[in-house]
Amino acid sequence: MRLSSHEAPHELRRTIVLAGLIVVTVFGILGARLYALQVGEADRWSSLSENNRIRLQRIPPTRGLVLDANGDPLVDNRPAYDVVIVPEDTKDLEATLQRTSILLDLPPARIETLKKAARKRPAYEGLTAYRDVDWNAVVALETQQLELPGVNLEVGPLRTYPFGDFASHLLGYVGEVSGSDLEAGNYRMGDLIGKFGAERAWESYLRGVAGGQQIEVNSLGRRLRVLSRVPETRGNSLVLTIDRRLQQFAEQLLEGKEGAIVALRPNTGEVLAMASRPSFDPNPFARGIRQKEWDALTSAKYDPLSNRALQGQYPPGSTFKIITAAAGLEEGIITPFSRLYCGGSYRFGKRRYRCWKRGGHGSMNLHDALVYSCDVFFYQVGKQLGVDTIAEYSRRFGLGAPTGIALANEKPGLIPTSDWKKRRFNEPWYSGETLSVAIGQGFVLTTPLQMANVIAMVANGGVQYRPQYVGRVEAPHGEIIEQLEPEVLGDAGLRRSTLHQIREALRDVVNGKRGTGKKSKLPNIDVGGKTGTAQVFRMGRKAVKTEHMARHLRDHAWFVAFAPVDEPEIAISIVIEHAGRGGGAAAAPLARDLADFYFALTRGRDYQLTDASAESGVSLAAMTESSIEPPSEAMRVEMTDGIRARMLGMHGRS
Amino acid sequence: MRLMVDRRLIAHFDGLTLLTTLTILGLGAMTVYSATFDGSTGTHTSHAWRQATWGSVGLVGLLLAVFFDYRKLERYAFLFYAVGLCLLIAVPLFGSMGGGSRRWLTFGPVTLQPSETMKLALIILLARLFHRRTHPGGLRLRDLAIPAAVTMAPVLLILAQPDLGTAGVFLFVFASMLLLAGPSPGTLGLLVLAALGAVPVLMSQLKPYQLKRITTFLNPELEPLGSGYHVIQSKIAIGSGGMTGRGYLRGTQNQLNFLPEQHTDFIFSVFSEEWGFFGAIALIGLYVLLLIRGLVVVNRAKERFGALLAFGVLANIFWQAAINLGMTTGLLPVVGITLPFFSYGGSSLVTLLAGLGLVINVNMRRHSRDRLPRL
Repeated sequence: MRLSSHEAPHELRRTIVLAGLIVVTVFGILGARLYALQVGEADRWSSLSENNRIRLQRIPPTRGLVLDANGDPLVDNRPAYDVVIVPEDTKDLEATLQRTSILLDLPPARIETLKKAARKRPAYEGLTAYRDVDWNAVVALETQQLELPGVNLEVGPLRTYPFGDFASHLLGYVGEVSGSDLEAGNYRMGDLIGKFGAERAWESYLRGVAGGQQIEVNSLGRRLRVLSRVPETRGNSLVLTIDRRLQQFAEQLLEGKEGAIVALRPNTGEVLAMASRPSFDPNPFARGIRQKEWDALTSAKYDPLSNRALQGQYPPGSTFKIITAAAGLEEGIITPFSRLYCGGSYRFGKRRYRCWKRGGHGSMNLHDALVYSCDVFFYQVGKQLGVDTIAEYSRRFGLGAPTGIALANEKPGLIPTSDWKKRRFNEPWYSGETLSVAIGQGFVLTTPLQMANVIAMVANGGVQYRPQYVGRVEAPHGEIIEQLEPEVLGDAGLRRSTLHQIREALRDVVNGKRGTGKKSKLPNIDVGGKTGTAQVFRMGRKAVKTEHMARHLRDHAWFVAFAPVDEPEIAISIVIEHAGRGGGAAAAPLARDLADFYFALTRGRDYQLTDASAESGVSLAAMTESSIEPPSEAMRVEMTDGIRARMLGMHGRS
Repeated sequence: MRLMVDRRLIAHFDGLTLLTTLTILGLGAMTVYSATFDGSTGTHTSHAWRQATWGSVGLVGLLLAVFFDYRKLERYAFLFYAVGLCLLIAVPLFGSMGGGSRRWLTFGPVTLQPSETMKLALIILLARLFHRRTHPGGLRLRDLAIPAAVTMAPVLLILAQPDLGTAGVFLFVFASMLLLAGPSPGTLGLLVLAALGAVPVLMSQLKPYQLKRITTFLNPELEPLGSGYHVIQSKIAIGSGGMTGRGYLRGTQNQLNFLPEQHTDFIFSVFSEEWGFFGAIALIGLYVLLLIRGLVVVNRAKERFGALLAFGVLANIFWQAAINLGMTTGLLPVVGITLPFFSYGGSSLVTLLAGLGLVINVNMRRHSRDRLPRL
């Protein structure tokens, strides 16, 4: 249907004429519009232009709160004075910044950052230069107002963590947005963004939407009136699954130690407590952490910024025997009635692999092997399983991979396989190494959260849940926005009898006469658990006494537990770094106290705390009433200009 | 290749079109200088210089687009289109961000905006497709399937960047060329109905900020910050220009940075503030001159391919200019479309000038009786 190239396109003419008419009409309308603007209304626009003193001011959104399971605020906002500079209204931005920083006695290091930020935005928009300046600074600025045009004090919401270093690894902190978050375009220079922990993971819920206002200013940049205003939208609140009292208790148990405690609800994966020590105070981050403070944190001994619950990777030691036992039963290598002999050591190849008990345990079945934590028994089971089968069962228990909790930088741990060793070291797997793996030593690494998941799976029949610490998201006025349901990630696929065998053994680890975990026994409730002592340093022939070892060479203490054995409500995983004592001595008593406290909270008056817990100086009454005052209602107010007066009063008192 | 052509070709070189364009270009570069000039320090950025450089590159492109028989393009239409599409696909993979969207590819010192180069490639391909597809009673719906498909591919990629405005211009250009190609009355009716029906669907697909711009336009009070604020400042700039303007480099709205995107989207406001109603009308007159002159070329074109090609190029210029002027004067929502030949932007400038070269080319060869030379 091609037209010959000589045929003139006459049929196009109508459209061309129409197009010409459209061009003339459209540009005619534009011309008329220009006439209206530039001739008709010229005076009006000119006067607006002469007096263009309209400034834009962003109203940063108030971040949502973080509440504990009972609705107590764990993360809050309080009004604070911020120094806001409008570059357009300053005579000389650099000089103004210099002067302000001297006046406020603030580090001059920030000046460069501020200058850079100022270049990237319109000059008529305010720039938050310093957050939360103190009362002296406020007075200094107010008195120098005339000499510093363009420098204003604004009352804005400041993120505050009323309990200081409480649960700080979980709650996280906020800071000024930077780098890639800025590039994505949803943030402006100077905005606050969640940088760590829940603040980061739940940023999109917590953030809210910034409002703004057009304000008219005088020639010095002082505000005359608000021309129009779009209110901010507050962020949504997180209601955690964590009970503040239990969390506080767990943290007290770790006081002065390095380590982590994780408590989960076995049948849902809800996190009941997650403590990591040493810890840090997230408050300085919100107002802008100073270089000195940051240096102190990053150079501090034992890395307080690390969340050991999911970033600490430790050999699981004997707690891993749970998995070796499950694999042995499932693969038919042992039955509950098989007996193996322990003579104190096991000869394999040219080496002797020792049991922790020099004298040996004699002949015993699986139950007793778990109760006494016999190494030789599990060497033999492990040898028959082979490393790859052990790895397969480890994976079924969720080891070797992140648990999927909504927190960044979770470590996966390590479950070695023969393939892995080939890839990593280009060396074959030696069978002797399997023996170490069978008792949770060698290359095996797990995080406390992963081990909490393992013991929760033992307790709940093998279902793997995603650990969740947020129960629901609420709008500022309390409507539920999102209710988080338990999320099943997998199933270990074990026979019911297998888990039953293991649970019964773990019951006797704690309740048996010579069980290794008997220090976590409670009088009224059956606790099941497994001790672990993770060797950091392999001793040669000569045994060295722990007291004579350098701290960093001492063993880690593990304890994993669940209770009550028959209807589990809580699964606990504890690791104490370089405790120097075994899990039974260093970690088991903490699990007992935590379970004890948990039942006291949930069972109420009917429950009698054990004497031991009472002895350890913990008073339930004191705890439940909280030693730290929660923020008063007066502090948690909507941020408006009207609050200024109250702020003055507040500062006056302090 | 027979580049040296008979005298009639030279005689038919359209000097008027070139002169009009050069005038717009010159005014544009001058205004880019003003928009990036910092009166308080007396310094300026390199934008104006770069704009002039790109203008020169574009003029070379224009000349290159003149010295061959435009009908040869028909053969390479798919090749150009394929290259253009590859560049567009590369954007989400390797592109760089700016203002919340990913639109640019960086090659050393040169930044390319593939959506601009794609425009010309699509116009050439559509001219070819519409040229070869005719039907006695007008184009039927099924004749539109392939042209619509080749248009939608880049449109979807550009929407994903996201660049709503440019994607819209693509659709307008497609519709304009389709109109020239001559749909049957039934097809036209159906298309109009479909377009009306698509409005609510599109509205539901818009991102919140895009929807906000439209509601802002309908009611500026809803968003006194952001784009509502920009439109107010733009109107203050244009209106305060008055009859004769405030003089070059003397517009306060511009110099005090009240105007957003001074050297790209809102450059017309800078110009109007400085040159007033007379200046603005003169500039608009230049665009009308360029477009009407172009339509004459389309009318005189020897055959359909040339007519469609020139019309597509003109349609692009028209829609961009109309939308940009409409948004700076507060008649249309702010969608981020630049003013052709005037706003800062290398890829756009070079593509527009090369396209204009093709219009001149079509005009030159309106009497040529040569058969297409073999390659």
